[in-house]
Amino acid sequence: MDVFVNLVLFAMLVSTAFAILQMRRLFGVVMMAGVFSLLSALLFVTLDAVDVAFTEAAVGAGISTVLMLGTMALTSRDEKLPRKSSVIPILVVMITGAVLIYGTLDMPDFGSANSAAQTHVAADYLERTPKDTGVPNVVTAILASYRGYDTFGEVVVVFTAAIAVLVLIGGLARRKDDEEETH
Amino acid sequence: MRHHLILRVITKLIVPPIILFALYVQFHGDYSPGGGFQAGVIFAAGLILFGIVYGLRKVKKVLPPWLIHKLTALGVLIYGGTGVVSLFFDKAFLDYSVLASYPKDGQHYGILAVEIGVGVAVAAVMIAIYYAFAARPPRINDEDW
Repeated sequence: MDVFVNLVLFAMLVSTAFAILQMRRLFGVVMMAGVFSLLSALLFVTLDAVDVAFTEAAVGAGISTVLMLGTMALTSRDEKLPRKSSVIPILVVMITGAVLIYGTLDMPDFGSANSAAQTHVAADYLERTPKDTGVPNVVTAILASYRGYDTFGEVVVVFTAAIAVLVLIGGLARRKDDEEETH
Repeated sequence: MRHHLILRVITKLIVPPIILFALYVQFHGDYSPGGGFQAGVIFAAGLILFGIVYGLRKVKKVLPPWLIHKLTALGVLIYGGTGVVSLFFDKAFLDYSVLASYPKDGQHYGILAVEIGVGVAVAAVMIAIYYAFAARPPRINDEDW
């Protein structure tokens, strides 16, 4: 059953990608990108990575779709047709894909008990989390407590992103204009 | 979107549950999937939905941009501040064990505080970015979609 669900999801993922390639209207492309994110979220659910699935659904399908639409509203509705031939890009993509697939040959079997993910630090965390923190959701314990430094870094990165966007497209300057208008 | 009656009614119905769900994800992150990051994004998504349907001016009345800009920094400060508190108790930065009399309780409070920081920062950042994009003039007519 799991295999069947995975196959269906992957087939839909690939067909979404081809649909995106076919489209010229960017509104459709943005919506299909949202669908793509939602499908990958479902794949994460089948892998029991619910926290990741949650994030993918909220960020990938939700917020980034809105932000892409916002960007589209500021730029153009239609994709520009490429002027140069696409032989070299296709070659680059195919070689990169082949190398990536070759790389997966070294990876442990899917769900293998001997993979690094099962044997390295994960077991240690699973054992220590109830004793150290008493938090049932181990993912939260790792993110917020064991790896608190990393998460702090991530929050600072998000904060920096906001500053960058405000500086680039003038959220702050506009604020001043609004205030001047109201006075 | 003034003439989209269905969108307006449905939005009014689902924005409160979205925000409530965001708060649930925020405070239940210890026990179930999710945490500050997801909660912040869901909260922002609720408000952005409201903004798209009812117009930027109405969301800005609820959460004015100056407040949002300050909240982005406040979230980071809550996170960092929690870490600094443990420095005052002779422990490492972000070691929450000292926040309560039992180390386990301290971890609980610490994680809760830190997640609130993450949630506030992420929600405010997403809304700030949305404001920045949406405040720019070119508006799409309904026919153009």
